[in-house]
Amino acid sequence: MFTPERLVIFAAALALGACAVMAPAPTGPKPGLGKPISEADIAAWDINAAPDGTGLPPGRGTPAQGAKIYVEKCVVCHGEKGTGKPFARLVGGDPVSSGIETPKTIANFWGYPTMIFDFTRRAMPFQAPRTLTDDEVYALTAYILALNKLIGENDEMNAQTLPRVRMPNRDNFIVRFPELTPSLPRIPQ
Amino acid sequence: MAGDLSKLVQEAPVAVAGNGLLDRRVFLRGGAAFAAALSGYALARTAAAEPLADDPWSRETGAVTPALQTPSRFEKHVTRTLSNPKNDTRTSHARTPHHLVNGTFTPNSLHFTINHSGIPDIDPDRHRLVIHGLVRQPLVFTLDALERYPKVSRMAFIECGGNSAPMFSNEPVQATTQALHGLVSCAEWTGVRLATLLEETGIDPAAKWIVAEGADSLALHRSVPLAKALDDAMIALYQNGERLMPGNGYPMRLLLPGWEGNMNVKFLRRVKLTDQPAMSYYEGRTYSQILPGGKAYRFYFVQEVKSFITHPSYGLKMKGPGYYEISGVAYSGDGRITKVMVSADGGRTWGEAALQEPVLSKAYTRFRMPWRWDGGPAVLQSRAWDDAGKVQPLRAEFVAARGQTRKPVTNPLGFVNQHYNSLTSWAVDSNGEIKHVYA
Repeated sequence: MFTPERLVIFAAALALGACAVMAPAPTGPKPGLGKPISEADIAAWDINAAPDGTGLPPGRGTPAQGAKIYVEKCVVCHGEKGTGKPFARLVGGDPVSSGIETPKTIANFWGYPTMIFDFTRRAMPFQAPRTLTDDEVYALTAYILALNKLIGENDEMNAQTLPRVRMPNRDNFIVRFPELTPSLPRIPQ
Repeated sequence: MAGDLSKLVQEAPVAVAGNGLLDRRVFLRGGAAFAAALSGYALARTAAAEPLADDPWSRETGAVTPALQTPSRFEKHVTRTLSNPKNDTRTSHARTPHHLVNGTFTPNSLHFTINHSGIPDIDPDRHRLVIHGLVRQPLVFTLDALERYPKVSRMAFIECGGNSAPMFSNEPVQATTQALHGLVSCAEWTGVRLATLLEETGIDPAAKWIVAEGADSLALHRSVPLAKALDDAMIALYQNGERLMPGNGYPMRLLLPGWEGNMNVKFLRRVKLTDQPAMSYYEGRTYSQILPGGKAYRFYFVQEVKSFITHPSYGLKMKGPGYYEISGVAYSGDGRITKVMVSADGGRTWGEAALQEPVLSKAYTRFRMPWRWDGGPAVLQSRAWDDAGKVQPLRAEFVAARGQTRKPVTNPLGFVNQHYNSLTSWAVDSNGEIKHVYA
């Protein structure tokens, strides 16, 4: 861990290493007006689910369970079996090689299955976000993956199985950072 | 006499490029000869002014002075344009009218906004910012607490990654700078450096990223490299001296000068230090860009060097031949603007524009170019350079790298692709009508 003193040195090293003009590292008295809190007390907000599975909660769901919830809570916006309208389609999609304006879909674009879980858990249903249980989110994620034939009809999704689902477009990205972000100073290793 | 002045201007050594572009130093010299020459040129072709008399407003007491002032009733047309005026359950965009304002910062009432699920009605006394994850001690900050921290102010533009999306059309979309480029604005932001707060939480050496999250209904989140967080990231509380506008993130937002607008997370309530990016919906899907052939960019981050002419431009009309000031904005997410070149003949010849001081890193730089329009066809363009050594790509270069649509874009509100930073060209015809062209 960094002590405050080390952080100052570290920020100064950053400044020296950068070609761009940077504001001076923060120095002087520390107001100390933040209140300590435990990770347990942050848990209700801490809902990130990363590609390697970090942050996925306990729970499970199958495509069949998801299909029932979908009809109840999702079909109004996303259409029968994810075919879209009035809002985003959740199934199929043209190959992204068909043009730079190709609409991005889960099947043709999304790189990681955890993105479906994370976005559904934090933002769906649009008018009632964060009302789904974790089991419901796993079930809906399983349903969407099965509609796109990315998992089997009976495959259960949970914190172990979900990150292992391979998305078709996963390796089709050119990551611009950091190589193509030259103006950003590097953190010395 | 008028004839002589006209002759003087014709012969004055001020032309720097084709089709009437004049030396930018016309402004700097401020010489009587130039002033006389330029006004003389106008006088030679203009009927004498009418005799002057008092108007009614000069003969009566004016209106009450209001507590919160708003623009003149004659400026009611100067508004943002809305993509979702009924607040349907989708994203709402409000675009800045670049062609109706001037200077280097955007008034708060006209600053662009994009809200993906409406604007939350946040009680500032109940709002909390928590910093946690790979830190020594997670901390919660209230707005009152942040108010007491050392603050910094800086100018910074914010540009949506999808700004200028209609420019990917294979044929030029006839639309104003507001419709084409309205998702960029510039303001003075005041707040607390994120580094100041991270000094208090401490940073675990394993931390490489921060994940910033808003208090909106989508809990919108974006991953930002820790290096940017420690460089110039700010928890912004004030916008042009006022508290943030609700649509711009009230009561606090993350400011990442020069980086993709969506990453400047509004209504900021949580910063988590992590060893990996979150790969959120907005970074893994929306703000990743499909390239010709089907590969896609991820983590574009920087809004690269760009400029466009706001005056004259589509939607404005030329008012007869003679003197005009060509002006526009230039900016770069990589640093300071070092040069803007302007052409009036579609890129055949170029003259260097004057840059309005102060020229600030990652902020608007207003450029100005004196122009004597002879009333004939002209194609106006600007091209900017920055101190990172980058230059605004020509359209052919840009399209070769990033592609264009197969069919013309018919809806300028759509987002066919992102991170367009090539040129914008305005064609002036002999009637003074202005069209958008590719040149």
